[in-house]
Amino acid sequence: MSELFQEAILVSILAGTVRIMTPILFAAIGELVTQRAGIWNMGVEGTMLMGAFTAYIVATATGSIWLAVLASMVVGGLVGLLTAFMTATMRVDHFITGLGINLLVAGLTLYWFRIYIKGRAQPTFDGFENVPIPVLSSIPWLGEILFSQRLLTYVAFAAVPAIWFLLYRTRWGLELRCLGENPKALDIKGLSVTGRQYIAVLIGSVMTGLGGGFLMLGFSDRYLADITAGRGWLAIVAIIAGNWLPRGVLAAVLVFALLESIATHVQVLGLNVPHQIFLAMPYLASILLLMGLRRKSSQPLRLGIPYFR
Amino acid sequence: MSTLLKAVNLTKRFPGVIANEDVNFELKPGEVHCLFGENGAGKSTLSSCLFGFYQPEGGHIEFNGKPVAFRSPRDAIHIGIGMVHQHFVLVSEFTVLENIVVGTHEAGWKLQMQEARARVEELCREYEIDLDIDANVRDLAVGQQQWVEMLKALYLDARVLILDEPTAVLTPEESRKLFRIIDHMCELGLSILLISHKMVEVMRSDRVTVLRKGKVVGTVKPSDVTPDELTRMMVGRDVDLRVARDRSDDRDRTEPPVLIVENLVYRDGRGKLALDDVSLAIRKGEILGLAGVSGNGQKELFESLSGVLIPDSGSIILGGEQIKGLPSRHYMDRGVGLVPDDRFREGLIPEFNIRENMILGWQRHDDYTKGPFLDHKQIGTIADGLIDEFQITTPSGLTPVNHLSGGNAQKVILAREFVHSRKLLLANQPTRGLDLGVIEYVYKQIIVKRDEGYAVLLASEELEDLLNLSDRIAVISSGRITGVVDPQSTTIEEIGLLMAGGQQGVAA
Repeated sequence: MSELFQEAILVSILAGTVRIMTPILFAAIGELVTQRAGIWNMGVEGTMLMGAFTAYIVATATGSIWLAVLASMVVGGLVGLLTAFMTATMRVDHFITGLGINLLVAGLTLYWFRIYIKGRAQPTFDGFENVPIPVLSSIPWLGEILFSQRLLTYVAFAAVPAIWFLLYRTRWGLELRCLGENPKALDIKGLSVTGRQYIAVLIGSVMTGLGGGFLMLGFSDRYLADITAGRGWLAIVAIIAGNWLPRGVLAAVLVFALLESIATHVQVLGLNVPHQIFLAMPYLASILLLMGLRRKSSQPLRLGIPYFR
Repeated sequence: MSTLLKAVNLTKRFPGVIANEDVNFELKPGEVHCLFGENGAGKSTLSSCLFGFYQPEGGHIEFNGKPVAFRSPRDAIHIGIGMVHQHFVLVSEFTVLENIVVGTHEAGWKLQMQEARARVEELCREYEIDLDIDANVRDLAVGQQQWVEMLKALYLDARVLILDEPTAVLTPEESRKLFRIIDHMCELGLSILLISHKMVEVMRSDRVTVLRKGKVVGTVKPSDVTPDELTRMMVGRDVDLRVARDRSDDRDRTEPPVLIVENLVYRDGRGKLALDDVSLAIRKGEILGLAGVSGNGQKELFESLSGVLIPDSGSIILGGEQIKGLPSRHYMDRGVGLVPDDRFREGLIPEFNIRENMILGWQRHDDYTKGPFLDHKQIGTIADGLIDEFQITTPSGLTPVNHLSGGNAQKVILAREFVHSRKLLLANQPTRGLDLGVIEYVYKQIIVKRDEGYAVLLASEELEDLLNLSDRIAVISSGRITGVVDPQSTTIEEIGLLMAGGQQGVAA
């Protein structure tokens, strides 16, 4: 292999990594807000799948991918509303709520998909194009890796410092983190615990829906059943592996995406391994991470515990 | 004198219980007013209504002569009522400053810490509170966390401060400091509503309102009544906690102690030294009292002595046999009984019924089994016998223990541990949160066991009770035994110094 070719592959792997990071990052950084507020949303996978499916329907039906993006966020929010109602209002066990939502969405999307394509060829759409940033994109290597991406990829990366600022530099963020540690501390000051939990779940779910939308519109031209394929779960693992800190979550998502990107380049790399092994890598890595990370964490103290007065 | 805060015919019900019934109560400016009553008498409910946390079903509240209706604590805070809860409501991962600021400030979306910092530092100076406001709350001692709670209320410009059992977790010295602060607050014109069941604190208040079973028994000046009269108002009958103590001095001192503990060291999961070179011995027929502010290693010591936790080093010798490192089953088999401090979480399975809880841990014992099966008939007979013997009030032995009152639930644990143990009884805070009548009963039962020749380790936050019951008192502070004193010759002050970490000798 020539040196030039090797360089091109490396750039391609890294640029792919950044792109693959996008949907997981949206979900993970959004759900970090939810988890910081004490709600363990286990329905991330379902929420994301719903976002992806909705984006497909709207994109093919209207031909507008921006309308599709908007729809994926709205639908993500609706699923979030259901999650918030179950966990914050009804105080149902968070894991059971998530289980229910994942099963519901898996069934519904499959059913609606069949109805939608019944008796015709599956419609396709034109997904996102790259939007190179002027000047920056002409930097050798770096330009192609970081600055010739889809528009929403830039948004996802900008969301990390934005969420950090929200959580750690605003009054509202302090209250939100307080919910995850000791919701009663807000309750005795007469501030609504439930209301704030709704907002936190909605932020997470809208961003997760958006992640699903991008997964649909940024990578493909048609819908496949179960297109999220565990990315929602990876987002949850990234939060745990990232120790509930924005920069940690970013790092974890980067590692997962890098592994997946390598997997998609296995053939060009000429590695004599089935690429499924690399596809399994993020999940294997997450299991190893979880095993190594049992204690010493900054996991919110009351995460996943319904608040009763 | 005018009235600042007033409750008029206040009634608050919870499903199945009337927590407050027609309660009338007045707080005057600048006074320390004590709410006195047993657990479940409605003290906390009344204060939560006055703080807006609960909304009363009947009656109303007046502030400065005008009726007010609190929809939430926010309304109460707004007119200047602050509350310090008995169980601290702090975020352990936040700094002191963040704990004070969270949920305050009406304006500004960005955190403005400089302004808050200046105000908190000012308050610390004003009330002579010495606190690192940038420390994480989890790194503070329990006593210091109390100051954080006080600052939270003061930061909100409270004019009325409700203090719910504020000295429960303080050393005697810290309590004295708290009362100095309270006096200072009154000088500045604040009014204090003090919830307490400690007689010393009641007697130094300006007025006392006694509650019993949700109703006001009366409001009196402490100077007009004796402590015994107050106790009678609270309980409705005479109670004598001074259980007769026929001291067991005449017992054979040459016989080796039942339990010898030497140089126990235990580091907890966070690396904190929870037990620091603990050595002690308990003889047959002896009660060794353990004094200390909770959270200073008592729990780890009790768990070590019952095999629940295995210390890093040191030895535990029971009846001449080294048993450190054995599973807890072996401790039970050798006659150790444990009454843990958190009865519903560690002493019982709340959803299980009384019979099942009575045999918990002994379910494999021959008495309770027939082959591989539980012998329900036999269990029922034995358990029902214990229910009678220990005067447990319950519809039947099949009632889940989470339907029982704290006192009756504690009796289930006592029955189980007293019946199954033979040599050593470990009782960690066995009377915490119980009514005086039940406390009296628990102490009498412990005395009975002592007289039968058990060695007893008894931890309590009530120093008076320890002084009454113990043959010797060991004091624990930060995982160290700071001294062992004779209750006949010691003083509360001496124990207090040892609880604060002073070494014996230095203290004396």
